[in-house]
Amino acid sequence: MNKALTLLAGALALAAAMGSTPSRAGQPDDGLVNESAAAMKGKKVAFVPIAMGFDLTEAWAAGLKLDAQAFGYDLAIRDPNWSVDAGAQAISQLIAENPDVLVIHPPEIQAYTRLIQQANAQGIPVVTMNLKADANGDMVIGANWYDLAVRQTNAMVKLCGAGSGKSGKIAVMQGVLTNPTSQYGIQAIEATLKDHPEIKIVSNQAADWDASKAHAIAGTVLKANPDLCGFIGMWDNMDVGIAAAIKEAGRTGQVYLVSSGGGNQASACDNIANGNFTTYISYDAKGQARDLMMAVRSLLQSKPAQPGEHPVALYTPLKTIDKDSNYPGACWTLDDVRKYGP
Amino acid sequence: MNAPADIVRRKPRAISQEAIVFALTAIIFAIFALLLPSFLTGGNLLALVQNVSILGVLGVAMAMAIIGRGIDLSIVATMAVSVAWVLQLTNHGMALEPAILLGFGLALAIGLVNGILVAYVEIPAIFATLAMGTAAYGCVRSLLLEDNLVYLKAAGDTWFKWIGSGAVLGVPNPVLLFAAVALVGEVLLRVTTQGRFLYAMGDNPSAARITGVPMRPLIVLQYVSCAAIAFVAGVIMATSVDSMETRVARSNLVYDVILVVVIGGVGLSGGKGTVRNVVVGTLLIGVLLNGMTIMNVPYTLQNIVKSLVLLAAIVIDSLVNPRDEQTSQQGDI
Repeated sequence: MNKALTLLAGALALAAAMGSTPSRAGQPDDGLVNESAAAMKGKKVAFVPIAMGFDLTEAWAAGLKLDAQAFGYDLAIRDPNWSVDAGAQAISQLIAENPDVLVIHPPEIQAYTRLIQQANAQGIPVVTMNLKADANGDMVIGANWYDLAVRQTNAMVKLCGAGSGKSGKIAVMQGVLTNPTSQYGIQAIEATLKDHPEIKIVSNQAADWDASKAHAIAGTVLKANPDLCGFIGMWDNMDVGIAAAIKEAGRTGQVYLVSSGGGNQASACDNIANGNFTTYISYDAKGQARDLMMAVRSLLQSKPAQPGEHPVALYTPLKTIDKDSNYPGACWTLDDVRKYGP
Repeated sequence: MNAPADIVRRKPRAISQEAIVFALTAIIFAIFALLLPSFLTGGNLLALVQNVSILGVLGVAMAMAIIGRGIDLSIVATMAVSVAWVLQLTNHGMALEPAILLGFGLALAIGLVNGILVAYVEIPAIFATLAMGTAAYGCVRSLLLEDNLVYLKAAGDTWFKWIGSGAVLGVPNPVLLFAAVALVGEVLLRVTTQGRFLYAMGDNPSAARITGVPMRPLIVLQYVSCAAIAFVAGVIMATSVDSMETRVARSNLVYDVILVVVIGGVGLSGGKGTVRNVVVGTLLIGVLLNGMTIMNVPYTLQNIVKSLVLLAAIVIDSLVNPRDEQTSQQGDI
């Protein structure tokens, strides 16, 4: 009787186990599929963004959530909501919890450098997202900010440089100065302009990623330089303030605005279509979301022997969007990414 | 023989803080006008005021709170979430007018809770509004708003958009609205009974209570008015930059607002100051920022200069008007 009960229990357990993974029930072992799935199952992945609730981080998180469900790993998102301190606390806490992969979105170059090194030293592989920190971790996914600003500057040179018939006066609107976008961006702009002495930066200000501040500064710059040719902005969310100032001055289409960002429909393609932005360099956050999914899969399957020792660079392929290259599908929407995946 | 009133009358202040700040503003203004050819143009001067008009409108609200011996640290959060909700509602297809009413109602509700917490639960204003700012931001952001940043899309072609980006006879609307809010604030404070009671309450709450000022309803009214003005500031902000970034609630804008109020001469101890003080404080910041932007002074240096000038204003004030037992008393903060 006892034996029969044990058998029955065993059969039930087996049925339950098979029932829990119905999608792979019938798939023959191709030598990797089961092994890789087993390597990811039950692992723990943690993500500390600058903040949730904006296009970039929501798209990345959507990708990770999809994979967490498909492969049965546990995903923890700690949202510090733009507070560097809260982010540092979250990372310290997570290091103590010892996740299998730690994904960090650093708000500035220095802030989390020590924490990334500490995580690596404790054997936790780290992926850093989009904003380059001084410590690389194991994988760096994101725009090459220098390259991006070179492209922006070249676009500006085309619009305002020799042969354009314009004044050649341009203005630069930086974000937060300690952010790699600004740090590497301004170097790239200055280096590129060395070959174009006809272009002159008449204003180089920072607006803390705040559209309202950017609006105020741009308004003043436009009044002080009536023959201004264009602005280089460093993030779409902030640059809409510049666009509003240009519109207010009644000079949309005459003063150019070269922006950049994650390429979501409302921020990028809509603003190109309605003439707010002239040129837009996109680092396609939807593509980055997929890169992130793959990086995490890779690290879960094959943990580096010494985390942090050989960082891999996965710089995001950049996309230039202007009136001519604003094809349907150049941008993405968060709803679609959430519904259909990156 | 002196009349009793003459005996108790305090020695008048030699030069008020407001006058010092105004003089400082005038000096800086003159220097910029001499040095910068594009500074003293009509267009630039309007832009100068326009750029600080949101700060000024919020300053009027903050002044009301501070004059009544309170403070409203939730003002920026109220502004951000209520207007962001209006934009989101319209983007989802709601007609503009009901959306505005809902958003305005949300702002008033936040102000009402502030007022009840301060007046009836008797929590000091600084803690009640600090907590309320975070709570309002958190609740609205997680329950009502889908995104930190909400664009002005659906209502972009309506009269609503004109509020912050239009102009009347060449004067940008934000400047006119700042003037209108300042005027209404001044009338409310100086002419209406509630306004006079607010001064009484700020100057000496116990005396005000004994003489029959309805303190608790007045405090509620004070914070509801603050929230209403904050909503106006939010509408100007959203319609001038085509979006509302709720992250502004976590920024240090609220300190800038307190700064323009206090620097202009509204006493933190309550009962002192007028809307004119706010205008003077706002103009000082406006002139500084505008001139330094034209000169293309690096951002970090701008912050240093700004803080040094403000420090100078306070130092001059404390030299000219030394503190004594009467003037050094502080309010709840």
